Amino acid sequence: MKARAHPLWIAFVAHRVSGLALALFLPLHFWVLGMALRGAEGLDGVLTLTELPFVKVAEFGLVFLLALHAFGGLRLMALERLGWSSGQKTMAATSIALAIFVSGTFFLKAI
Amino acid sequence: MSSQKAERQLKVSVWRGADAGQFETFEVPQHDSQTVLDIVSWIQHNADPTLSYRFACRVGMCGSCAMMVNDEPRWTCRTHVNKVARDGELKIGPLRNLPVVKDLATDMDPFFDKWTAAEAHHHPSADRHDLMAPVDMQSADRVAANTAIECINCAVCYAACDTVAGNPDYLGPAALQRAWTLIKDEKDSGREDILAAISGTGGCHNCHSIGSCTQYCPNELDPLSAIANLKRETVKNWWKRNA
Repeated sequence: MKARAHPLWIAFVAHRVSGLALALFLPLHFWVLGMALRGAEGLDGVLTLTELPFVKVAEFGLVFLLALHAFGGLRLMALERLGWSSGQKTMAATSIALAIFVSGTFFLKAI
Repeated sequence: MSSQKAERQLKVSVWRGADAGQFETFEVPQHDSQTVLDIVSWIQHNADPTLSYRFACRVGMCGSCAMMVNDEPRWTCRTHVNKVARDGELKIGPLRNLPVVKDLATDMDPFFDKWTAAEAHHHPSADRHDLMAPVDMQSADRVAANTAIECINCAVCYAACDTVAGNPDYLGPAALQRAWTLIKDEKDSGREDILAAISGTGGCHNCHSIGSCTQYCPNELDPLSAIANLKRETVKNWWKRNA
């Protein structure tokens, strides 16, 4: 079926793909964390890599995926667990989006 | 002017065969206010009388003429050709997620078997000697049930559902939505049976909330919310039993 491009389907795919991508990242994450147990030298060696531009871009992608997956999960829980009407859900989503926009703007100005 | 309009031709690809088969192309004269069902009927009357399809009322009441139109599930009798044809072309296939009997006619047995499996039928709470149960039309339960009772079993939601496509045991949006209306019906006594049927294998917790059922329902019903309501109801029931 080709015509799946409705918002809920896209939200479903975004949630699944971000979850899979984060799951793929986890072994690397634990490997780096595990280095801390074996001394500072190895960990610092890997952490210097985070100064590289492409690693910074990858970190941006990682935070983006985390945000996408976290909000996707909250959306799903609200959809399935709260007996709200669709109008109430739209208002809740709009107010959360506005709050993030306003607080994000202040945060970006602060740093 | 009208003769010019009558000369317009539509290139229509129609599924031929059963589950194995191929699309066959027909040239069909295009008219104003023509429905996709009109196109299918024209092909059978004028081009190939062996074309098999199913319809009855032609006015969106019976739910028997649903097919895939340009890969989207639709009632063909209520779908105007000008709204769906692209560059003078149209693709018509049998409903997705169901076995094909022949051409555009699908075997609806799996769909209706799942209604039975979901206990989505009336469970009498009284017999003919009892008085009719009074129903308060303003009660919260009745209002909730009323949002979902207009389903005419057309299987458009079932064909749209990606979860059904991936899991043939899944009961599907239509059966689950009907189960939800019965749970909220004060004349139905099968609450426990229904909850048991819809919380097991293939039940409501298989739903991934993709929402194609609500997106495509021609009656503008909302099976997605009905299934979410069932999920909450089963969880509440579990807590009640185990508290």
